[in-house]
Parts: sequence; C-alpha cells; structure tokens
Amino acid sequence: MEFFGLDCRFERLDAPVPIFGARVHAAQWSALALAVAEAKGRLVSLWGSDERAAGDGFAVSAAYATADGLLWAKLGLDAAEPAYPDISRFFPAAIRMQRAARDLVGIEAEDEGEGGGDTRPWLRHGAWPADYFPLRIGNTGQERFEAQADAYPFVPVEGDGVHEIAVGPVHAGTIEPGHFRFSVVGEKVLRLEERLGYKHKGIERRFMGMDVDEGARLAGRVSGDSTVAYAWAYAMAAESLAGAKVPERAAWLRALLLERERVANHLGDLGALGNDAAFGFALAQFSRLREDWLRLNHECFGHRLMMDCVRPGGMARDIDAEACAKLRSQVTAIADEVAELKDIYDEHAGLQDRLVTTGRVTPELAVRLGLTGLAGRASGQTADLRADFPWPPYDGLAVTACSHRNGDVAARVAVRFGECFASLRMIDALLAGLPGGAVHEPMLVTRDGVGAGWIEGWRGEVFVALETDARGRIVRCHCHDPSWQNWPVLEHAIIGNIVPDFPLINKSFNLSYSGQDL
Amino acid sequence: MWHILKYVARRGRVTEPAPEPLEGARRPAHLIHHEILAILGRALAIRHVDAGSCNGCELEINALNNPYYNIEGLGIRFVASPRHADLLLVTGPVSRHMEVALRRTYDATPAPKLVVAVGDCGCNGGIFGESYASCGGVANVIPVDVTVPGCPPPPAELLAGILAAVQARPPSGEGMAAQEDFAPGFN
Repeated sequence: MEFFGLDCRFERLDAPVPIFGARVHAAQWSALALAVAEAKGRLVSLWGSDERAAGDGFAVSAAYATADGLLWAKLGLDAAEPAYPDISRFFPAAIRMQRAARDLVGIEAEDEGEGGGDTRPWLRHGAWPADYFPLRIGNTGQERFEAQADAYPFVPVEGDGVHEIAVGPVHAGTIEPGHFRFSVVGEKVLRLEERLGYKHKGIERRFMGMDVDEGARLAGRVSGDSTVAYAWAYAMAAESLAGAKVPERAAWLRALLLERERVANHLGDLGALGNDAAFGFALAQFSRLREDWLRLNHECFGHRLMMDCVRPGGMARDIDAEACAKLRSQVTAIADEVAELKDIYDEHAGLQDRLVTTGRVTPELAVRLGLTGLAGRASGQTADLRADFPWPPYDGLAVTACSHRNGDVAARVAVRFGECFASLRMIDALLAGLPGGAVHEPMLVTRDGVGAGWIEGWRGEVFVALETDARGRIVRCHCHDPSWQNWPVLEHAIIGNIVPDFPLINKSFNLSYSGQDL
Repeated sequence: MWHILKYVARRGRVTEPAPEPLEGARRPAHLIHHEILAILGRALAIRHVDAGSCNGCELEINALNNPYYNIEGLGIRFVASPRHADLLLVTGPVSRHMEVALRRTYDATPAPKLVVAVGDCGCNGGIFGESYASCGGVANVIPVDVTVPGCPPPPAELLAGILAAVQARPPSGEGMAAQEDFAPGFN
C-alpha cells in the first residue's frame, strides 16, 4: 500500500491490528514525518538497530499512528557514519527517543535547520563511556566499566528569588527512581526538568539472542504494572512474525486480562490520588478493592499481577466455569462499590478543590506535544486503539474512548472512573460470551522475520517491534512505553502550579520509569 | 461526611492476622507489635529503595498499606528518609545508574541497620542478570540480611521477610560496634 502519495510500498504485517512496514530512503523518511504531522498523526516510537550482521549498515525506525493504522518506516544508515534526518521539529516527543537511540546504538539525528538539537545523553549516565554502544553487534552487553564522570547540565533559570529544588533519584515514597529539578519562586514552579534513565538495566540488549518464547517472560517485565499489555503486544509481534493465528478463546482471555489490568491500576490510582489530596479514606477503600481484585487474579490466573499468563501462540493457562462465575460476580460487586465511591468523590468539595484546574494540559498543548493514552484522553484526545482499530474480541464490544476536555487532575480522575466502568462492563461481556476451544496453538518461528504488536494498555499504547535472525532467535526487540510521550508533557503540566501539588499532578499521570528507562 | 461514615461502617474491619516470620500459624497483631517493641524499643521504620525494579515489587509493597495487611497496625511504617529508618527494603536488580544512590542511602541510614532484598531480581538479578547496565542482586552492592524471593513476592511473604529480619536483629545498641565503618552520607 502507498500512503500520503509517497513512492514507497508499505507491506501489511500479519497482525490483527493494521500495521504496515516499509524500508524508506532519507528523503522519504523526512517526507513521511511531515505528511504524518500534517495529517494530525502521532509518533508512536523511534529506535535504532545495528544490522551489520546481515550485511547492511545501521538502521533507524519510526512508528507512526495514522488514520489507516500504524506505519513502521525503516531507514538504512551508513555503517561508517550513521546519521539520519532529525524529526523532532515535527514531533517534539522524538527528542528523547533520538537521544536514547544515540546512547544505545550510536546513530545520530542530524538537524537540517539552524540551531543544534539537544545533544545531552539520555539513557547513558556514568555507567559506560560515550564511545561504547551496548546494542552494537560487536559488544556482548557483558562489558563492565568503571563509573564515568557524570555531570548533566540542567537548563538553569535565572532571576530575582529563583532557586532550585533537586529531588531524587531516591524519592520519598514507595515509587520508582528518577530526578526532578524544579526552578521555583516561593512556592510557584517556573520550570521542571526531568532526568530519567536511572532504571536502565539493559533490557533491549538482554533480548538479543533469546528465543522467541524466552523473550515473552522478559517483555512481561518491562513495566510491572503493564505486564499484560506488554505480554500481549509482544505475543502479537511474535505471532505476526510467524504468521500464526491464536485460538478465539485465547484472544478473549487476553482481553479479559488486559481489562482486569486496567481496572486494577485505575483502582490503585484513584485511591492514591485521593490520598495525595489528604483524603485517606479513599486510599483505604480503593486499596481494599484492589486487593480483592488481585486476590481473585491469583485464584483464577495463578498470579496477582497476571504475569506470564499471555504467551506467544495463545495463553499459558485456561479458566474453568467456576472461575468465570467468581469473576462475574466480582465485577458486579466492584462496580457497585466504585459507583458509590464516585459519588463520594464528586460530592467532596475539599477534594474537588484540590483536583479542579490543577496540573492543566490544554487540548492544544496535548496535540502539539503528542500527549497520548489515558492522559491524552483527559485532554481532549480521543485515540484509543480498542475503539479506533477494534481487533477481536474488541470488534464485538463496541468500545468508545472515554475522554474529557479540561486536562486537569480532575479530568484524569474522571477518565479513570469512566474507563473503570467501561472495563467492568467489557469484562462481564467477555465472560458471558467466552467461546470454547483450545487456548494455545503451537507456532513455528520464522527465520529472518519481522513482526510488530500494538496494544492499548491502561496507560496508553504499548508497541513492540520484533525481528529474528537466520537461526530464528531475536536479533532486535524494541519495546515502547507511552510514558516516553507523556513525561515531557508533565514538565508543562506543573508550570505555574505550586510545589506541594506536584505529587498529585505526577500521580494523575502515573508514568512508568522502568518502561522508558528499559 | 455522613456518606463516608456510612460507607466505612458498612464495610467493617477487614484486617487479617499477620504471618509468622517463618512457616507456622498466623499471629495476632498485638503479639507482633509487642515483639517489635521488645526488640527495637519503638516502631519499625522502613525506607524503601527501588534500585532498578520493573515496578512489580513496588505494587506489592504498597499493598502492605492496605487494610487487609494493615502494616502500620503492627507498628511498622514507611518513612521518607533513610535517616529515619531502621531497615532498608530494596527492590530490583541494582542498575549501574542506581549503584551510587543505593550506597549513599545505605550510608545515610543510622547503624545498626537491616537490609531486606526483595524479589528474584533483588536476590540475584533475576531475569535481568548482570550486564553493562546491571549490578545484579542487592548483595553485590550493600550487605543484605534477609532475601525475599518471588516475582514479585506477595505482600504476606514480604511481611514475613521483614519480621524475620527484625527477629534476627541483635538487641538495641549491640550492632553499633559491628558497623564502625558507618559514615554519614554527605559524600
């Protein structure tokens, strides 16, 4: 297929959602970025790879979401001087991804206009030297280096009474590590700059050389709160690579697990958001509901967070009629409780006072910066893969995206409530119509294959690109978390707010550190 | 307010008895509370450090605060600074980028101090192992008293691990001599 009148053929991958792949040359690379931006498409991911083992040079890939589906464009790069046209002028979210691609593979984004881009390292701190690229084929990933000097230049803010507050990497609560540098006047935040990468533990290097089944376990541990979304996106990538179809029952069970993961996270967040506004009652009650939810996960699926339940070819386990009945009766009970708690939230003036207008991202800003997923839907964006490209079993569930236009913490709370009710309804429908049959179909992995998976996780779209070598082992697996897009927007959401509201605003986005640090 | 009180009253109390530090019968909260007081002379203060986990362990640590486990009811609380802590609860393979932060957190914790390494990754690096970016298990970076395996370990096992660490602790004061290398973490 051809898109945007560009002279390059995209081939459709064998996936249940529309994903198209093509190799492009440099002019097409830039033209595609411009065309997608003009058509109000989104940049989903950007990553690099070393293809010298196959006789090529390096490559850079970009995945775009368009009205017709996902376009994966790959540009081959010179082996001696790997450089590609910068696309951050079309998609600001590309900046950190381009910095990460340089840190891991050693490929450079070249800015065609005047003014250099941000050349600071992103995922590389002091653990390895600037001339070591862990994803290059000559390196094993097992190299160890002495800690390097690590002086990261934050952008300074100057003026009368301006001072900096440095927070992290070890934070005050039970959360993941990262560094936040606030420039403030009194209580008011003038600027926030994030520095992430503290959790970088070499996941993409770890994938290289694994067999496809082994990789599923690792994909399920990119971000623990989204294990089902990653496992499904990875499995979809592996199946599209192998040209395999999963049994209908397995597809339904996957959706059941994905919606249960969404509800579990929304319950946790709704409680924590209440707590961050000093409403402890909310934390106690929502965490009680979440615990009930996780305990039934353990009983029915063998794991509280449902890790390792989805595997390439289908599901690792089935559920029986008794489990179905328990799951259905829990849906009714939880829906009643959440409805009652929503009334309490809505009627609580003190709570609403903290949530309304706090940490606002306008729909215009959301479009410009590429805000995605749940946070995007709270700022007027209506993208939701389950509604836009409904694949089985979502094609029979009539999913509509829950959205809101205010873009403040209250809107992100409202979207969570809305999605919670929608998912509970879907879980009930899935259980009521669960088809029979096998839940796993053995599949043969294609050698030198290419596959991709694209799933609407609870936080937003999770994307996995998978490639195998001549032996059928993983040569490259790139996992993309929607937090890449949304972390930079958080820097804007806090501007003009007071420091004590940061935990509340941050929690309302609830972005992944591990998912973006990899 | 009336709505909130009614909601609370209808749900009643859901807190369950805490697990034994090792295998055995479950015990009521007041016994554990007394034991912690006898050993520490006060509530147990825990500082959690995520040194590179996938965030799965954090979800289960957070669950300890829910009404079922009610960890504060046992006299155990999570604190915001290592300087207030008796015990460090460390998750993850230790990423190379968190190595220094973890050491500094350990140094900033007053002696005698306990370290519980959480999860398969905290025990031995788990699926992430050791690499250019990962130091592997927590014990490769700081001394560890108790390990709690699992991916992630469920809350009851976390609690049993924490209680095991407390019971293995020498009476107050005795540990100080053994940790003379303690230096405040201003480096």
